[in-house]
Amino acid sequence: MITGAEALIRGLLAEGVDRIFGYPGGYIIPVFDRLYDYTDKITNVLTRHEQGAMHAAQGYARASHRPGVVIVTSGPAATNLITGLSDAMMDSTPLVVITGQAPGAMLGTDAFQETDVMGITQPITKWSCQIRSAKDVAPQLARAFHIATTGRPGPVVLDFTKDAQTELTEEGYEPCRYIRSYIPYPEIHPEEISIAADMINHASRPMILAGQGITIAEAEPLLQQLAEKADIPVAATLLGLSAMPSDHPLFKGMLGMHGNIGPNINTNRADLLIAIGMRFDDRVTGVVEDYAPQAKILHIDIDQSEFNKNVQIDARIHGDARMALEALLPHINQAAHTQWSESFDRHNAVERERVIEEAAYGTDPDEPAKMGEVARKVSEAAGRGAILVNDVGQNQMLSSRYFKFTAPRSIITSGGLGTMGFGLPASIGAKMGAPERPVCLFVGDGGLQMTVQELGTIMQYRTAVKIVVMNNNFLGNVRQWQALFFGGRFSQTPLLNPDFKMLCASYGIPAEDVESRGQLQGAIDRMMAYDGAYLLNVNIDPTDMVFPMTPVGKAVDFILLNPTEVYTPSDEE
Amino acid sequence: MEQEQMFTIVVFSENHVGLLNQLSIILTRRDVNIESISASACSIPGVHKIAITCRSNAEMMEKVVNQIEKRIDVIKASIYTDDELVYQEVALYKVPTPKMLQENHVEQIIRRYGARILDVTPDYTVIEKTGHNDETEALFNELKRYDIKQFMRSGRVVVTRSPIESVSNFLDMRDQQNPANNSQS
Repeated sequence: MITGAEALIRGLLAEGVDRIFGYPGGYIIPVFDRLYDYTDKITNVLTRHEQGAMHAAQGYARASHRPGVVIVTSGPAATNLITGLSDAMMDSTPLVVITGQAPGAMLGTDAFQETDVMGITQPITKWSCQIRSAKDVAPQLARAFHIATTGRPGPVVLDFTKDAQTELTEEGYEPCRYIRSYIPYPEIHPEEISIAADMINHASRPMILAGQGITIAEAEPLLQQLAEKADIPVAATLLGLSAMPSDHPLFKGMLGMHGNIGPNINTNRADLLIAIGMRFDDRVTGVVEDYAPQAKILHIDIDQSEFNKNVQIDARIHGDARMALEALLPHINQAAHTQWSESFDRHNAVERERVIEEAAYGTDPDEPAKMGEVARKVSEAAGRGAILVNDVGQNQMLSSRYFKFTAPRSIITSGGLGTMGFGLPASIGAKMGAPERPVCLFVGDGGLQMTVQELGTIMQYRTAVKIVVMNNNFLGNVRQWQALFFGGRFSQTPLLNPDFKMLCASYGIPAEDVESRGQLQGAIDRMMAYDGAYLLNVNIDPTDMVFPMTPVGKAVDFILLNPTEVYTPSDEE
Repeated sequence: MEQEQMFTIVVFSENHVGLLNQLSIILTRRDVNIESISASACSIPGVHKIAITCRSNAEMMEKVVNQIEKRIDVIKASIYTDDELVYQEVALYKVPTPKMLQENHVEQIIRRYGARILDVTPDYTVIEKTGHNDETEALFNELKRYDIKQFMRSGRVVVTRSPIESVSNFLDMRDQQNPANNSQS
């Protein structure tokens, strides 16, 4: 006989878990006690806050394609998980999260550190379950891993009462392969394939919208095959970036509010949108009523509830992206859409000339560097295979725009929830999930301070993340909106910041201030050459903004090149 | 905007703690009011059946049902309009007995509405009526003049008119797909 806590650890081992992100506390001590005997097999990463554990687990999961495991105590620890759970739910990140809980007999009595974890987490998890008996540990843990990692992945919560942790039960762990009410990989319908193939074969202006579903299904090679076979331009959502290499001739850029002009203009000129593993988020579509008026929409997704949720579609393939593309490819005819494909490049050439040149290729060595330029230069220095992690806001949009992706699974960002404070802990997890790859974090001065305590985790585990703080002493993205749409009334956006270099010194993390463009390249080179974590505090002009931009309330092809000028395609009468 | 009408969402689920909460969250997030709700065991052992009535439009109902069906422990969720269902509600009315005795209409009312008297004391009479919402409502209006002291109407209980038992078929299919069963054969 073993305790429930022991059963949990053995279950984790059976699932191949060798790293968890956890923080002990009263009602989870028995689990951490058992862990003490398994430190040779499971490494716990002791983050400095439970929210940090969540984002680190998310970064780990997305970099490694394995579920992130989090173990914390009850009450305040459990409520500190909410942001990460919600984030992981929105961005389909597989997490198995275990919270301690007051003993079963005390539940509902407002016991010390009791909180209604089930009630709180149900709306923001794929599944949650309370374990009140040691015999349930193995089967429910097995279900948790199965549910978190299959189908459209997501976070699951196991709320583990203290008495169930110490109760005795039989040994034995069986992985879960089947739940009768849950069909993770729907069978691909041949009639959906033939309708879809017909639409693609007859389209003259088709465009692929690549989402994270491709990355999750590891369907990147099939995406490329489909695009190349039928000569279809590809654009990616924020989370779909790196599904196709940035320099592939058919890759035309990012979709959405701060995406590239070619894909956004051509969304409304295409006659077929092939959406794969994406969900038509409002940041991608702009005003839905004016979205893709000329196009039929073919939606390939594993989640049935995404069909017709935000936009009306014309055809679907319900299933895993890899299975769907495998079935679809043999029915796709070779085709050439040269003119159509070149039209993306023409729009993007204007963006290059009117926006990118200034945002990423400045020359005056005495001026502060621009954010786009910092991202471009760090990306070039990081080399092939680097992973971009970013926080939320201008740092996120610009680093996503100017980072060059060479390998799949190279962007870790908080897309759906837009969680400031995500970046720093996520970068720690990412580096642990892919230790052989360079991990570059871009973060603003605001977002850094939301989870800045995780510098302590970096110190303790010597996690070699390269941290680039885009520091404009402002909440820059809100400032941008205030500048553009609120008459320059900068309400509550200026920040009085600490000296980040000194802060790093107290954690033993080398850091440099980069005041001007002239200092940038040298600092980046030193950061990348250093064997360990390193922080660059880059001085950014607060007036530096993210463009192009489709303002909220406008159609996707209404694109600002700068605060005052709307893009007019040269081929328009 | 599509016309609003009455829909019944029928959910078959595993007996998982907090399932009702999961369903109601999906509806409240989209600002769909629940008109009534009933839950019970169904004809398939271990399977729970929940009927939720809402006033909404077909497009919204489709989105909501897809999100309900996505929940792990939901076996199947479907939307029905009233003509696709046989359904019933039960209502109880507590009326002061002395007031009712002042008039001689009681027998007529009971007969006309197909109601039943469940309990009579010198103080109060409890009347029961099963039927559709408009029928129990009509009796409520009739009894108003006797000064109804208490009233409650149940949620809707439903069975479908379709000859196909989709949930049983679904579970049979899933049973065949269960790797544990396949390895035995």
